[in-house]
Amino acid sequence: MTTFTLDGKTIPFEEGQTIIEAAAAADVYIPHLCHHPEFKPHGSCKLCTVNIGGRLGAACTNRAAEGMVVESETPALNADRLALTQMLFVEGNHFCPSCEKSGNCQLQAVAYHLGMLSPHFPHFYPARDLDASHPDVLLERNRCILCELCVRASCDVDGKNVFGIGGRGIKARLIVNSPSGRLGDSSLAVTDRATEVCPTGALIPKRRGFSVPIGQRLYDHHDIQEVPQAGLKTKMKERQGG
Amino acid sequence: MLRRECDPAAVVALWRGDAANLVQILHEVQDACGNIPDAMIDQLAKLLNVPRVRIEATASFYHFFHTESHGEYEILFSDNIIDQLQGKAELMRYLCERLWVEPRKLSEDGLVWVGETSDIGMADQGPAALVNGMVLPALSKSRIDLIADLIRAKCPLAEWPAMLFAVADNVHRAGPLLGEAFAPGAGLRAMLSSSAEAMLAELDVANLRGRGGAGYKTAMKWASCRKAQGEAHYVVCNADEGEPGTFKDRVLLQSHADLVFEGMTVCARVLGAKQGFLYLRGEYKYMLPSLRAVLDARRAAGLLGKGILNDAEFDFDIQIHLGAGAYICGEESALIESLEGKPGKPRNRPPFPDTSGYRNQPTVVNNVETFACAARIAERGAAWFSGLGTAQSTGSKLISVSGDCARPGVYEYPFGVTVRQVLEDCGATDAHAVQISGPSGTCISWQEFDRKIAFEDLPTAGAFMVFSRERDMFEVARNFTHFFAHESCGFCTPCRVGTSLLKNTMDKLAAGKGSPYDMAEMKRIMHIQLSMSHCGLGHTAANPVVQTMEKFPDAYEKRLKKLHFEPAFDLDGALATARLITGRDDEWAHIVEEKS
Repeated sequence: MTTFTLDGKTIPFEEGQTIIEAAAAADVYIPHLCHHPEFKPHGSCKLCTVNIGGRLGAACTNRAAEGMVVESETPALNADRLALTQMLFVEGNHFCPSCEKSGNCQLQAVAYHLGMLSPHFPHFYPARDLDASHPDVLLERNRCILCELCVRASCDVDGKNVFGIGGRGIKARLIVNSPSGRLGDSSLAVTDRATEVCPTGALIPKRRGFSVPIGQRLYDHHDIQEVPQAGLKTKMKERQGG
Repeated sequence: MLRRECDPAAVVALWRGDAANLVQILHEVQDACGNIPDAMIDQLAKLLNVPRVRIEATASFYHFFHTESHGEYEILFSDNIIDQLQGKAELMRYLCERLWVEPRKLSEDGLVWVGETSDIGMADQGPAALVNGMVLPALSKSRIDLIADLIRAKCPLAEWPAMLFAVADNVHRAGPLLGEAFAPGAGLRAMLSSSAEAMLAELDVANLRGRGGAGYKTAMKWASCRKAQGEAHYVVCNADEGEPGTFKDRVLLQSHADLVFEGMTVCARVLGAKQGFLYLRGEYKYMLPSLRAVLDARRAAGLLGKGILNDAEFDFDIQIHLGAGAYICGEESALIESLEGKPGKPRNRPPFPDTSGYRNQPTVVNNVETFACAARIAERGAAWFSGLGTAQSTGSKLISVSGDCARPGVYEYPFGVTVRQVLEDCGATDAHAVQISGPSGTCISWQEFDRKIAFEDLPTAGAFMVFSRERDMFEVARNFTHFFAHESCGFCTPCRVGTSLLKNTMDKLAAGKGSPYDMAEMKRIMHIQLSMSHCGLGHTAANPVVQTMEKFPDAYEKRLKKLHFEPAFDLDGALATARLITGRDDEWAHIVEEKS
């Protein structure tokens, strides 16, 4: 069997697997936000940056290779990951205490995991649009981290191309495929994969915000390394013996 | 009306209904309509059979495209530090006054829009601007008067005096590329007498390295692309010369285009490619007629098209793809994305373009100057080429000199020339610092003027910006942070957010609110950008700040408050909206800062 080492641990992999995929299969967590096992690698959040034999690269876009020596859980890399997470917080408007996604939010959970105690950088306080035009889904751009998971899900799974990224640089924003640009005029359905894949509260089904009380939610009780994707509940059950 | 009617169906048909040509299609729509209206985006989506969101993504990515109207005349001032030192801000203010417009706002009569853009490749003849995409070099107050009169008289651009658009070559030192005559076809004829392998061997022996700055061996790039399997191979010439302070490709394309196209054709022969692209930066749109004329002449002479030089198996043609104001498209994989009609965001690599480039086929992307060198090597052989320069950096290098010197322009030197020599030749008598290879390159101080222009010492894509003793190197670096924040594609977190954080911190220092804490913060942001960014833009975006901090610490220290920390938040500034609403500006409507 082909293997590589990750923080000294031997990790088996199959031909074509990325570092993060092989690590996940071996139950080793590498912090990430734009990566999702069901979708094509993207490599934009850069949280999963690891040291690959002396060179830094994203674990979600670099393929595992025989004998590769990878470092991930180092104080230096985690300090940089923390800074990236703080950057994501200050470029948007993330008010966790009033957010429906709090406790189920991967951005928040990664911040907990990395020990983030403050946003550190000055806030940008950007003026971003909230789109409540859809009867069942809220699009809250203030919380968008541009991971493009909804873009990929809508294109690759739903076959609808509801989302895209418009603009450039710090002005990049999630755009909607409808003549008015409003979500309500698009073909998005609340049952679409694109609706539920959002790691933050940017895309969120309406009228379910508090059906599970804050304090009883996934990341209120589990570190994100135990349940990297909110949808993957089976893994958690296995760990709990359920 | 000065604008033509726009028939999107005709435009789409002209570009073969292929969404890969979207950037070209959007150019045509905007040329006709003045902007890209929402309704036009819907029509293009239907005609091209792609999601609307894809058209919108591309239309909103490029600086030169806009969905809102910019009137009949859109004036964009080049905003490089060199333009600024030459009085750009004053001229822009003067034009706005003459036209009664506010910057970055359409005039009330819908006639004119005045804004800014990144360096447009005219640093040797600035300040410069673009009017509806056409270059206006060497601006002065009297020229601004004339331009304002022409606009107010609603004079069509085609009737403006030609001297307003005359771009000089300003070649002050010529070598084998610029100085010696080239007979179109000479390189191809010499090459056809031997094999493609022999040509690769010549390039290898000549030790030609990429002139875009990275210095990758051209023979290796071509050989690996030639070997790669694919449905087709492509040759792409990177004429996106967007690095502020660079303009040497402008001269090659304006006056030596045959040399460049010949180099591309030589490459096509080696690869077995049938299609080539010249990716011309949008700022050089004014060159389209002359470049197309050169291509036509080459077709007529049997140097391009079907059966080149009567070789029935040698078919190759070149299409010009016009960029639209995005520095990042100088990165080869972003350039390919743009060629495919998408926003110019760098791809995940590997795979590299040599195996998976345009339409995921094997593709060679080389700089304009690299192709020109390849043509000369085909014509004259490796020994002649490698006789010039140093062992590791053979041949000559075109340097674009601008800033505080008597003779700005293009200088061709054998590699290995010292910075001091260039400064002497261009008449820079009071040089204090030189920015080599643009903001992403290296800032050197007067103590380092004996360093050499060569891959082994100071690699460069060509920019050479000279700053005299009286220039404020902090302001130079601050201009560059604004440039990178404007040009970041926004794909990855460290570059998208980091470039803005750096820009904001430099602005904070400029406002007199800096502290030693901010200096340490900028170093930390640089570290994150360098280690975690997706591409070279992010890796190098903090270079100007870090290098000037190290080499010109006084420029920073004099701006720092003697505190450990000073917040960026401006308490009095936060009341500005309230003052506007209440119409107050008295003493009690302000918060006066206590002296620390």
